[in-house]
Amino acid sequence: MLSPYPTTAERIRVAALWIWCVLVLIYLVVPIFVPVPLSFNSGSFFTFPLAGVSTRWYEVVLGTARWRAAIGNSLLIGLGATVLATLLGTLTAIGLSDPKFPARRFVVPLLISPLIVPVVVTAVGTYLFYARIGLANTYFGIILAHTVLASPFVVVTVGASLSGFDRNLMRATSILGAKPLTGFLRVMLPMILPGVLSGAAFAFVTSFDEVVVAQFLANAQQRTLPLEMFTGLREQLSPAITAAATLMMGLSILLLIVANLLARRSRQAGAPAE
Amino acid sequence: MKLIYRTTLLALLPALASAGIMSQIRSAAAAELTVMATGGEWQAALRKAWFEPFAKKMGITFNEQEYTGELGKIKAMVETGNVPIDLVTVETSTVLQGCDAGVLIRLDYSKVADRSRFLPGTALDCGVGIDVYGDVLAYDTTVLKEAPTSVLDIFDTKKFPGKRAMRKAPAQNLEWALMADGVPIADVYKVLATPEGVDRAFKKLDTIKKDIVWWEAGAQPPQLLASKEVVMTTAWNGRIQNAIDKDKRPFAIVWDNQIVEYDMIAIPKGAKNLDLAYKYLAYAAEPEVSAQLGRHIPYGPVMADATPFVPKDVLSKLPTAPDHMKAYLVGDVEFWGDQGEDLVKRFNAWLAQ
Amino acid sequence: MSSIAIPGIKARTGATDRSDSLRPLALAAPLLLLLAFSFGAPIVLLLSRAVYEPTIANTLPQTIAALRADSGAGVPGEPVFRAFAADLKAAQAGGTIYEFAKTLNTRLPGARSQVLRLARLAGQDPAATKEAIIKAAPLLGEDQGWAAIRSGTNRFTSFFLLSAFDLRWTDQGTIGAVPSAQAVFTRVFGRTFLIATLVTLATLALAFPLAYVMTNVRPVIAGIVLVLVLLPFWTSILVRTAAWTVILQKYGLLNDLLLWLGVTSDRIELMYSRTGLIIAMTHIQLPFTLLPIYSVMRAVQPSQLRAAQSLGGRPFTVFRRVYLPQVMPGVLAGCLLTFILCLGYYITPVLIGGASDQLISNFIANYVNVELNWEMAAALSFVLLASTLGLYVTMTRYLGLDLFKMG
Repeated sequence: MLSPYPTTAERIRVAALWIWCVLVLIYLVVPIFVPVPLSFNSGSFFTFPLAGVSTRWYEVVLGTARWRAAIGNSLLIGLGATVLATLLGTLTAIGLSDPKFPARRFVVPLLISPLIVPVVVTAVGTYLFYARIGLANTYFGIILAHTVLASPFVVVTVGASLSGFDRNLMRATSILGAKPLTGFLRVMLPMILPGVLSGAAFAFVTSFDEVVVAQFLANAQQRTLPLEMFTGLREQLSPAITAAATLMMGLSILLLIVANLLARRSRQAGAPAE
Repeated sequence: MKLIYRTTLLALLPALASAGIMSQIRSAAAAELTVMATGGEWQAALRKAWFEPFAKKMGITFNEQEYTGELGKIKAMVETGNVPIDLVTVETSTVLQGCDAGVLIRLDYSKVADRSRFLPGTALDCGVGIDVYGDVLAYDTTVLKEAPTSVLDIFDTKKFPGKRAMRKAPAQNLEWALMADGVPIADVYKVLATPEGVDRAFKKLDTIKKDIVWWEAGAQPPQLLASKEVVMTTAWNGRIQNAIDKDKRPFAIVWDNQIVEYDMIAIPKGAKNLDLAYKYLAYAAEPEVSAQLGRHIPYGPVMADATPFVPKDVLSKLPTAPDHMKAYLVGDVEFWGDQGEDLVKRFNAWLAQ
Repeated sequence: MSSIAIPGIKARTGATDRSDSLRPLALAAPLLLLLAFSFGAPIVLLLSRAVYEPTIANTLPQTIAALRADSGAGVPGEPVFRAFAADLKAAQAGGTIYEFAKTLNTRLPGARSQVLRLARLAGQDPAATKEAIIKAAPLLGEDQGWAAIRSGTNRFTSFFLLSAFDLRWTDQGTIGAVPSAQAVFTRVFGRTFLIATLVTLATLALAFPLAYVMTNVRPVIAGIVLVLVLLPFWTSILVRTAAWTVILQKYGLLNDLLLWLGVTSDRIELMYSRTGLIIAMTHIQLPFTLLPIYSVMRAVQPSQLRAAQSLGGRPFTVFRRVYLPQVMPGVLAGCLLTFILCLGYYITPVLIGGASDQLISNFIANYVNVELNWEMAAALSFVLLASTLGLYVTMTRYLGLDLFKMG
């Protein structure tokens, strides 16, 4: 970040940038970890200091079939919607980035409108329509509705990462005799992958945190994690939701570490012996 | 690039892992009844007091669903003719609205119980009362040195300075505003029915508007007290009682000038198990059965003849305990059915200004 | 260049042209078809309720016929009243009277109870006179009452769309403002767009430097930061909002910290305020602005910047002329996502915002779920959709900020 021979002014600028980033990270992370100690609260309120330490909320989340089923449902629906939205959204973004795409000025706004229509209106409209064609109260119906909500994220992020992509590269691959699919997999995909994966992450969280559409489309068997969290809110904001959040975070951190280790090992195994 | 790739892929791994965990396929029993309620401890209490015993008695499966207590979902079900529920719990004001909108059926009371056996105002055309709760005032005894003696003390910012919380709705608040402005309890709805009365109520609310924190979910009032965000709050008595009993919070309830309200249960239009739904309503109206709920949550029975079956220690915590009925107002269902929409509109505009 | 046409080549280029515009369309087709089926159709059907409301016309066939025969505006003559009573009687018998009363009440506040009273009267006394009817329902003796009924007999209505702008048809048949006590929506729309703009700018100010640093540190550190950015996604928005409540409340963590540091001498009110709402919304939206910027920044070739610098460009000039244009698509994508998502917030404003911080989605959700006035919800949604898309099209057209045309 520093040039080889930094001036004082440059040093100050870089130091300020670093301090700023650390502050941003603190702002980003602290609220995420605040619920962690609360999840061990023996009382049922969201306040510090804790009434006492207990694992009762973890017993609620892990010990009841309802919560386990809800986590399973959420992951299943989230995965389905992510795969569908990422696949279709990436294809669409690639199509749109082609200068020859017809009437793009009108197509792009249509593609992002699922983000704009208030989700409660989408939920009612979808329910009225899906119920008539037998898609209400089905896993497929919920996945389909979530795919709709998630697809704009993929289109927009992949579109942004395609903006820097030089189309001449694709022309070069085809001149060199590569099939379009090979060209895509070998040349285009690696370059736009960060965008595709950011889009996939957005798609997943859209589904994983979506409560309104699920409220209308899901029945008791398809109850998702956010639905379970909202249940009973009228009576009580249960600390069980902080326990569930802590578990999900712990799980994702654990998986990251394991995968990192695996990746390092496979890299070592695959490295040529010297 | 690799990092973001790996990170996101890993983010999705648990999803892959759990794709196998599907909920079990329910074996279809001979007869089923499905109820949709607002969840939480209250629904758990209903389950123990009524749903499970009824299922056992009839040899049926009692399915439960949760919702947020709002009519939108039921309207959507009825409009499409796809009504997978037979019973639904609703608030009183919602019953009238659902009645008008043609979403709830008009009940045939010959299949339930004699209407005269219900407390006044709990046997409506489209809904039957489940329980009696009180809109009360609650405070933290360690925060307020001097105890409020009436719900109306919420308007006294001199004696009790600090933020106070009220429900974000015109119902109850307008009534209390008039009572605090000197209208006798018996005349509250008469005055509120006139435009001048409504102005008067809003004017009274104006005097404390800047000190009010508005709550929407029933979970909020005890939370607001526990976090000391407010010095006092209006609340449903059951939630505060639970915080006192189960969480040992130093809260207290002020009963004087409480407004008595009812939870209701109704049948949506197009319910598939109509006969069984009626049988359930008749069952819950039996005096002894009606008294059971109080054992699990401090809400009173709606059947006038159920009181003898309520245990003494439970009775003292109910809104209908003699000690709590020195000064009270019964929420006027008809009034809110008529004026509710306009007053809500005015209230929302007043809030936004 | 010579202009000699070679037929064979021309024909081939023509073919390529066509396939060139067909192929991108084919790539987008699956998503477009899916959206048309599972989003377009349901939403168009629902939003059409903003202009189509047949309840009043369906309930009053005889009144409509009688009104046609009755010339003139204002309160009509005896036959119309008799037809109206007959219609109400039929509606009472058919069980649709309540729905009619509710629908009319939306346009004519106070009409519900009067119509229901009148329907009972019509059931008992079929020969009710105009005088008796007006006595039971005083609104029917006024011009505004019949103006509402006349406009209601038209199945296609502009009532809801006008209401979304705090406008209405006056008794004189012109468009005017609603009384200021009922005027809410223009203010709420303005507030929604304002808060969305503030939050978007705040996330940009926080995310841009962080994304820049992430592309310039060792991969291990960048990886850890990325994990931290993605962590919130595992936590429900409800939990994150609750966490902010714990931090912002009067006896919360932030106030404790500020007091301890001696920054403030008294506890500040952050809950139920716009400041608190913006702090929480910015936090929730930060990853949405950050990730698109980061993914575009990673693709920038450092060699270009070095080249520009070695050619004598000052750091700021290099940043502005070489770096910024390349990362602009990411900035636009991130800001667009955040801005649009902010328009739809409604759980966080309820739990953290004050009474005057409720956004348009709070009102729409209320109309859908509580008031069952789907016509009004459809009208507000339509206005929101149209104005947001209008904003987008204007931006791309006049500022040249097209997501898919840059680079």
